[in-house]
Amino acid sequence: MGKPLFNKVWDAHAVRRLPSGKTQLFVGLHLVHEVTSPQAFDMMRESGLEVAYPDRTFATVDHIVPTDVRTRPFADEMAEQMMVAIEKNADEFEIPLFDMNDDRQGIVHVIGPELGLSQPGMTIACGDSHTSTHGAFGAIAFGIGTSQVRDVLATQCLAMDPLKVRLIKVDGDLADGVYAKDVVLNVIRQLGVKGGVGYAYEFGGDTLARMSMEGRMSICNMSIEGGARAGYVNPDQTTFDYLEGRPHSPAGDAFERAVDWWTSIASDEDADYDDVYDLDAASIEPTVTWGITPGQAIGVSEKVPALTDLQDDDRDVACEAYDYMDFQPGHPIAGTRIDVAFIGSCTNSRISDLREAARVAKGRKVASHVKPLVVPGSKNVLEAAEAEGLHEIFIEAGFEWRSAGCSMCLAMNPDKLQGRQISASSSNRNFKGRQGSPTGRTLLMSPAMVAAAAIAGEITDVRQML
Amino acid sequence: MPASSISQVAGPGIALRGSDIDTDRIIPARFLRMITFDGLGDHAFEDDRKSNPEHPFNDGRFRDAAVLVANGNFGCGSSREHAPQALQRWGIQAIVGESFAEIFQGNCTVMGIPCVTASSADVAKLQDAVEADPSQPLDVDLAKKTVTCGNLVTQVDLPEGNRVSLLEGAWDATGMLLEGADAVREVANSLPYARGFERD
Repeated sequence: MGKPLFNKVWDAHAVRRLPSGKTQLFVGLHLVHEVTSPQAFDMMRESGLEVAYPDRTFATVDHIVPTDVRTRPFADEMAEQMMVAIEKNADEFEIPLFDMNDDRQGIVHVIGPELGLSQPGMTIACGDSHTSTHGAFGAIAFGIGTSQVRDVLATQCLAMDPLKVRLIKVDGDLADGVYAKDVVLNVIRQLGVKGGVGYAYEFGGDTLARMSMEGRMSICNMSIEGGARAGYVNPDQTTFDYLEGRPHSPAGDAFERAVDWWTSIASDEDADYDDVYDLDAASIEPTVTWGITPGQAIGVSEKVPALTDLQDDDRDVACEAYDYMDFQPGHPIAGTRIDVAFIGSCTNSRISDLREAARVAKGRKVASHVKPLVVPGSKNVLEAAEAEGLHEIFIEAGFEWRSAGCSMCLAMNPDKLQGRQISASSSNRNFKGRQGSPTGRTLLMSPAMVAAAAIAGEITDVRQML
Repeated sequence: MPASSISQVAGPGIALRGSDIDTDRIIPARFLRMITFDGLGDHAFEDDRKSNPEHPFNDGRFRDAAVLVANGNFGCGSSREHAPQALQRWGIQAIVGESFAEIFQGNCTVMGIPCVTASSADVAKLQDAVEADPSQPLDVDLAKKTVTCGNLVTQVDLPEGNRVSLLEGAWDATGMLLEGADAVREVANSLPYARGFERD
């Protein structure tokens, strides 16, 4: 039996077995941002430690940056303090920092790929659960906590237990108006928000083989919402084409040798998996969450499920969701009035996401009661979008065109829901209070579906607007 | 960095019912706007507590609790270590649950907070016992893999690597990872990408 990519990459990075039985695992790329790192750098200072591999460490700022007025000092004193801390830490520990004045600044999971930092066969760590995104390149990418950020800074290693591997095989054609986001929401709907605990998800099948890198990133990004700490796609020609010519990609002859190695670490055809799950892409329609976990998702033509439609396990959380969302079981999700539309986040803020949203927005107007935001994932995405004139389409339709950052995905910056507002959001979490108001409500969907909702003023099937 | 052995955590319990309680609920993102973990304990479950006056973290009878008894998929979502830091600073020293999100469980372990799992039925019994008598201590024993509450003895489980790390005082892994520096260099030098894909 052959091996899946996960095991090949794990074995290549395993340093030794620790006395606890865990593996000391080398980390090929460490990405750092301003929220989960200041305490780690303080621990380093207290212990007199230095960064072991500063050339394998890159920092940016994304979570707290304002997306409108970006002058310093920030109006939010705490945000300013965090910004000062990462500047000081990057300087003192000699780590490159893509700060707000740098053309490479953006959401950490958008810039790693677009700069060519995230490559096949690597282990990647970042103090952020959506690090799974980088798995789209055939890397094994883990979200970690702050104490582990310290470990990686000091040793370039993590103490970890290996994961099992579940192959999620998606076959068939996605209909126009159905995207990677809808695929992953359906995976989580079917396998549950804790179905992936103990597993890495390998996403394969002919649908994934035909999918762009940006679509693959959206899918791997939300592996963690299904409980899987890592998700990945085997590297192929699409991966290599994406990487060629990027600033940190190997160049010239080295690129050819890289492709040989990248090809060799892909899962063997006869690889042995701990589990296999099949999903029919043709059966997927534009998908919307109705509750307070990403697994509480339905097709746009479906109704909010009744308790009798659900498994025993899911009923308590469903009751909590009906109550919090103030939605009635049996009620169609289409037609739900929205207050805010948010296109952005590490899940869906890349150029293809903005193109699909703009395709819907073009020549139309946002409903007057909706506050709509478009937040590109990076300065590079912003520039590319402006070069194509996408910003003009959005502005003409009534959207606010903002600067790069995490923004209203988790609302650590000034972009927040107010009171009980309902947001149609292209982000990844519909948890209670996630978008900045303790009573705010989030419906997750693709960027095109968010654009459609913004224009209609309510949840609507984007397929009727294409 | 020396850590102490953790073989047992004993103290009053607090039952928090509900599945899929995420780290945004444990500590909402607005409290992550800081450069230390100081004061996080005051904001544990802040929004849940405000919206529900009967939330157990509002109930004075449980204020001295050291052992949290939760349900399934506790700590899902964000990797923010601020969540276990908030719980620890509130007073929680061990967590019993039906299941845990892995990043959360890993964060707890490196902070010296054991997360142990029990069956749904056993968790329900422990939650009932804690609510019936908040002063009754729970004894989490990692050597025996049990949680004892009065006459109730529950078998619990946790990943063996976490158990050994805690028992042997090796839960703060930095020191051990530093010891392997030469072996790390060797692995780094064996990786084609770390050598810039140079010709063999």
